[in-house]
Amino acid sequence: MDWIEFPSLGRRDLRDLRLTIDGAFREFTRAYGPTLERAFEPLEDFLVWLEHLLIESPWPLVLIGIVGIVFLLSRNVRIAAGATLALLAIGYFGMWEDTMRTIAVVTVCTMVAVIIGIPIGIAMARSDRMQGIINPILDLMQTMPSFVYLIPVVMIFGLGKVPGVIAVVVYAIPPMIRLTNLGIRLVDPAVLEAADAFGSSSFQKLSKVQLPLALPTIMAGINQCIMMSLAMVVVASMIGVKGLGQPVLQAINNQYFTMGVMNGLAIVAIAIIFDRATQAYGKRLQKHSEVIHG
Amino acid sequence: MADAALANGASEEERVAHGVEIRNLYKIFGPNGAEMVEKVKGGMSKTELNEKHNHVLGLNDINISMPGGQIQVVMGLSGSGKSTLIRHINRLIDPTAGEVLYGDQDVCAMNAKELREFRRHKTAMVFQKFALLPHRTVIENTVYGLEIQGVNRRTARKAAARWIARVGLEGFEDHYPNQLSGGMQQRVGLARALTNDADILLMDEAFSALDPLIRVDMQSVLLDLQAELRKTIVFITHDLDEALRLGDRIAILRDGAVIQQGTGQEIVLRPADEYISNFVQEVNRARVIFVDTIMDRGEIVEGAPELRQRMLLEDAAKLFAETGQDRANVLDKTGRPIGSVSLQSTISAMVTPNTH
Ligand SMILES: Nc1ncnc2c1ncn2[C@@H]1O[C@H](COP(=O)(O)OP(=O)(O)O)[C@@H](O)[C@H]1O
Ligand SMILES: [Mg+2]
Repeated sequence: MDWIEFPSLGRRDLRDLRLTIDGAFREFTRAYGPTLERAFEPLEDFLVWLEHLLIESPWPLVLIGIVGIVFLLSRNVRIAAGATLALLAIGYFGMWEDTMRTIAVVTVCTMVAVIIGIPIGIAMARSDRMQGIINPILDLMQTMPSFVYLIPVVMIFGLGKVPGVIAVVVYAIPPMIRLTNLGIRLVDPAVLEAADAFGSSSFQKLSKVQLPLALPTIMAGINQCIMMSLAMVVVASMIGVKGLGQPVLQAINNQYFTMGVMNGLAIVAIAIIFDRATQAYGKRLQKHSEVIHG
Repeated sequence: MADAALANGASEEERVAHGVEIRNLYKIFGPNGAEMVEKVKGGMSKTELNEKHNHVLGLNDINISMPGGQIQVVMGLSGSGKSTLIRHINRLIDPTAGEVLYGDQDVCAMNAKELREFRRHKTAMVFQKFALLPHRTVIENTVYGLEIQGVNRRTARKAAARWIARVGLEGFEDHYPNQLSGGMQQRVGLARALTNDADILLMDEAFSALDPLIRVDMQSVLLDLQAELRKTIVFITHDLDEALRLGDRIAILRDGAVIQQGTGQEIVLRPADEYISNFVQEVNRARVIFVDTIMDRGEIVEGAPELRQRMLLEDAAKLFAETGQDRANVLDKTGRPIGSVSLQSTISAMVTPNTH
């Protein structure tokens, strides 16, 4: 009854295969690791600078700055007031510094995701073939357990901020790309036809019609991206990203219930502030985009 | 309407826009359109082409000479190919075979850059569903054409403001399209097209989405403007009253082919087939047909009451009723008699639809 056994690679072959791939990757890391690390240095510098700015500046200034941005985005006094209270509470319970680190990481990750994600989203919207290629990659990125792609990232960069940012961006960028693509594809074909009829070049069409009309959807992508970055904070702390994630991790390891809950709540509070502010901004953008006939 | 804008109309009136010649134009939707042209030339019908080869016959050997500076109406039921035809003039749709000539240029032979320049400077379009940019205000919509031509902002805004005033939207410059009624939105569409200062104005069922009263209003706006601008206007409609009111010439489409073209008078008096007769039956002929269309040219009666050229049968009937006469002379623009109409022929023309 030999045939009933599942046809599988021999144990020895499997081990050889793993060793070969791991070996090749290690070679790659050794050869290109330093170059890649150097390429990411400006990013790290910027993150460090932002962290310093938020932590070293007098807290009332930082508070006013953050609440100011929230208000400018939302134009809503209640959201701004909520943000003020949440930040004061965070400071009162001694989590100010960690919170600032987390805000810095999330800000940088979101910026990177926007800078990379929007052009990819545009490319996807412009060609069905491109969409066919990129979509499965995004599916992979969203379903692959994040620990798995932490491995090669850590192999190349070691522990620290840069691998953290990369891991977070990989996790958070898919909605950014998908919603940019969707937003552009949803633009009313009649409006595009009008743009064509007036002789717009394809760049003019993109910059004057498609992107402005896709902006509310792109904003939703940015919102999603921020939320997912925040969700990744705890995982990223495992590879050395400082911030609210680390105390949570510590709390898990030592069964410090209160510490875990407090830091968890701080993450939730920032998430709510960012979410409300960006959503309100998206709504404001959309105000005139609904076409009403009659 | 703003009177100030009328002042610089005079110089524009001198320049006569080129016409548009459409020659042997075919459009067949489907992957092998080019191969299907021969079959259509061989007499295959739209239905047969669809059933046997799964291609849609959009346009079938269209030949129309659209006169410069006049309004050419294209009429037909929904699905007859009107939108397809008008989109060939600025090549939003590429033809399967045939030519679209503007002056001595063949629009169908232009490369991408030439086509863009042609669209920017020679054509402007007004759409059935307005197709305004919802994220831009009225004035920002109106400058769009000039903006993409690279005209500087101040000049563009000035031109736009002038046309916004001219279509009666002064004071609404900073409103967004969704704050305006349909009629007002289409005025924006019209202002946007006029700001381009192009020879050819393409209007695809531009007034069909509007309420009847507003629609008539917009027709008047267009006729007023045209008296001054003398553009080559291609106006699509499925409404005969609108066609007769606006069209210097009318072409009637059915299943992608032109089945009759001529002036409104010709079509109402001598419909080419039953399809057109059915259309024409609904028309109030007394209010459409001119006395000079049915007059006996050169036959002048001493002492008879007088009518003017371009007066309607209704006016003639009223005159006959008031004077008790049975023949009236028709005078031309200068007041010279050129012929006469009889009571008999007036009544016949009013009541007898040509049947097929
Ligand atoms: N892109 C297309 N693909 C296939 N068939 C089309 C396409 N566009 C139009 N048609 C067909 O061509 C015919 C004419 O359509 P259209 O020009 O829109 O008519 P109208 O404007 O007179 O209502 C219709 O039968 C329509 O279904
Ligand atoms: Mg149509």
